[in-house]
Amino acid sequence: MNIRRLLVIAVPYLWLLALFLVPFGIVLKISLSDLAIARPPYTPYLDLAAGLAGLKAFFAGLDFDNFVFLTTDDLYWRAYLSSLWIALSSTALALLVGYPIAYAMSRATPEWRPTLMMLVILPFWTSFLIRVYAWVGILNTEGVLNQFLMLTGVISEPLTILNTRTAVYIGIVYTYLPFMVLPIYATLDRLDDALLEAAEDLGCSRLSAFWLVTVPLSKQGIIAGCFLVFIPAIGEFVIPALLGGSETLMIGKVLWDEFFRNRDWPVASAVAIVLLLILLIPIILFQRNEQKQREAEG
Amino acid sequence: MPNSMMPLTLVASIAASSVAVGEEVRVYNWSDYIDETLLDKFEQETGYDLIYDVFDSNEVLETKMLAGNSGYDVVVPTADFLQRQIAVGAFQPLDYSKLPNSENLWDLIKERTDSYDPGNVHAFNYMWGSTGVAVNVGKVTEILGEDAPIDSLALVFDPANMEKLAECGVYFLDAPTEIIPAALAYLGEDPDTHDPDTIAKAEAVLTAVRPYVRKFHSSEYINALANGDICAAIGWSGDVLQARDRAIEAENGVEIAYNAPKEGALMWFDMMAIPVDAPNPDGAHAFLNFIMDAENMAVASNYVYFANGNEASQQYLSEDVIGDPAIYPDEATLENLYTTRPYPPDIQRIVTRLWTRIKSGA
Repeated sequence: MNIRRLLVIAVPYLWLLALFLVPFGIVLKISLSDLAIARPPYTPYLDLAAGLAGLKAFFAGLDFDNFVFLTTDDLYWRAYLSSLWIALSSTALALLVGYPIAYAMSRATPEWRPTLMMLVILPFWTSFLIRVYAWVGILNTEGVLNQFLMLTGVISEPLTILNTRTAVYIGIVYTYLPFMVLPIYATLDRLDDALLEAAEDLGCSRLSAFWLVTVPLSKQGIIAGCFLVFIPAIGEFVIPALLGGSETLMIGKVLWDEFFRNRDWPVASAVAIVLLLILLIPIILFQRNEQKQREAEG
Repeated sequence: MPNSMMPLTLVASIAASSVAVGEEVRVYNWSDYIDETLLDKFEQETGYDLIYDVFDSNEVLETKMLAGNSGYDVVVPTADFLQRQIAVGAFQPLDYSKLPNSENLWDLIKERTDSYDPGNVHAFNYMWGSTGVAVNVGKVTEILGEDAPIDSLALVFDPANMEKLAECGVYFLDAPTEIIPAALAYLGEDPDTHDPDTIAKAEAVLTAVRPYVRKFHSSEYINALANGDICAAIGWSGDVLQARDRAIEAENGVEIAYNAPKEGALMWFDMMAIPVDAPNPDGAHAFLNFIMDAENMAVASNYVYFANGNEASQQYLSEDVIGDPAIYPDEATLENLYTTRPYPPDIQRIVTRLWTRIKSGA
C-alpha cells in the first residue's frame, strides 16, 4: 500500500477518532464513575503520575452502577419512549410536508429551481435559536397566528398552541424540513421523465404512475431524509424547552436535569450513552442504505 | 532637565491611567440584574474591556463552576449554591486589600451570609430579596373578589383559587429549591428540612395545583406579568417590581403587586465571587470594588428593585426602593423570612425527581 493511499484513508479515520471516539470515550468513562462532591463532580480520576498503580485504581473504581440505576426508575424508559415517539411522528409529518415541496421543486422549470433551492436553504442563514424563538411570537395566544385566525373569523377564542406538544411538532418539522426536502429533491431531480412517459404509454394514469414509478424511485431520498430528521429530533432539547410545555417528557430534558440539577454527571453520562446506543441502530441502517445506493449506482 | 523629563512623566502617567487597556474582565450575572449604564461606566473608569454575560438559573452557573475553566472572572451564585461551590474549591478568597470600598458593606447582611461562607471570605452580597407571590391586582380581584388572599401562599397553593386563576394564567419559577420550601411553608412544615418524608408532603400540594400552572419558567414571568398575559406568579421580589414598572411605563393599565407571603418567604442572597481559575483576578477585584461603591450599588438597586448588602448605598437609594417594604422589609417581615441550606446529593436527587413528577406527571 503506498503512502498516499494510506493518508487518504487515515484522514477520515482521524476525523472520526477525534470527533466521535474521543468524546465518546470521555462520556463512557464518566458514566462508569461515581458521583462526588468535587470539581469535576465524579471519581475516580485517572492519576497518571501514580503510574500503573494509578491506572489500576482507576479501573477498579469503574462500575456499571449508573446503568443499573437507570432501570430502577421508570422515568428513564418513559422519557426514551416519549422521545422516540415524538421523533417518529415529527419525521412522518416532515415527510408529508417535505415530499410535495421536493416534488414541486423537481417539476419546476430549470430556471426556477436554483431560486426554489435557495428558499429552502435561506433560513439556515439565521441562527437556529432565533428561528425557534420566532415561533414563540407566532404561536402565542396573542401571537400572529391567533390574531390572523381571529381576524378572518376562523376562530372566536385564541388557540393555545404554545407550550403544548403541537408546538414541539411544529418546531421540529419546521427546523428539520430542509433535511427532508433536499435528499428527496436530489433523487427526484435525477428521475428520467421518459420513465413516466413510458408508464403513461403503458396505460398508467398520472396518479398511478406517480405511485408506481416516482415514489419507488425516490425511495433512497425518502429514507435519507427520514433518518436526517429522526436522528437529531430524538435528542432535541432546545425546541421542547422553548416551545413545549413542562408535560412534554423528552430524554434531552431528563439529561439536563441529571446534569444541571442533580449535578450527577455519572448518571447523566449513562443516560447519554444509552441514547447513543439507541441512535446507533438507525445510524447503522442509514449507513447501509447509503452504501446500497452507491453500489446500485455502481 | 525639567524639559527632558516631560516626555517621561507623560509616558508614565499614560501608562498608569491605562494600565488595563485591552485587558478583559468577564462577568457572568443573572439576567435583568444591573443598570447597564454601570457597565460602560466601569469600562471608562478602569480601562478594562467588560464582557458581560447572563444566565437565569443557578444550575447553569454551578455546572460551569464544577467543570472549571469557565473563563469568567466574576460570577453571582445564590448563597446556598455558593456554599456547595466553596466546598469543592471553586472560588478564590477575596483580597480585601484590593477592595477598599468593602467598608460600605452592611453588617446586618454580612452576619446572615456568614453562615454560607464563614467570615465572608469568598464572596460579598450583591443583592438580596425574597421569593413570593406576584399578582395582577385588577384581574385577581375581579376573579377572586376584593378579599383575594394576595398576601398568602393560599393564592397559588389552594386548588380552589388556582382553578379560577388558571384561565388568566399563573407561572411558577422553574426552581425546585425555592418552590418546594414554599409548599412546605404553606403546610406549616420546616421549609429547610432535609427529611425525605417531609419533602414528600410538598408533592401533594404541588400536584393538586399543577393542572392550573401555565408554565414553569424563571425569567419569562417578568414580561408576562407586565403585558398582562398572566395574573399571578411565584417569583423573585425585584423581578416582580421590575414588571410593575414596565407595566406603568407601557401605560397598559396593568397593576402588579408583590407580597412576601405571611406563611413565610424564602430570603436569598446573590453573592459575587471570583472563580479560583479566573483569568484576570485583578480585573475581577476592580469590578467588585466598583460594584461596592455606594453610588454605583444604589444605581443598580434603583434599577432592578432588589435590596443590596451595601449600607452606605442607602442614602442614594430612591424613595420607592428604600421606602418599599417589599424591597427593604420592616422588622416584622424580616422575622418571617426563612433561609435554606444546600441539599446533599441524595436529597437533591429526590427533590429533582419530585419536581419532574410534578411538572411532567412522569
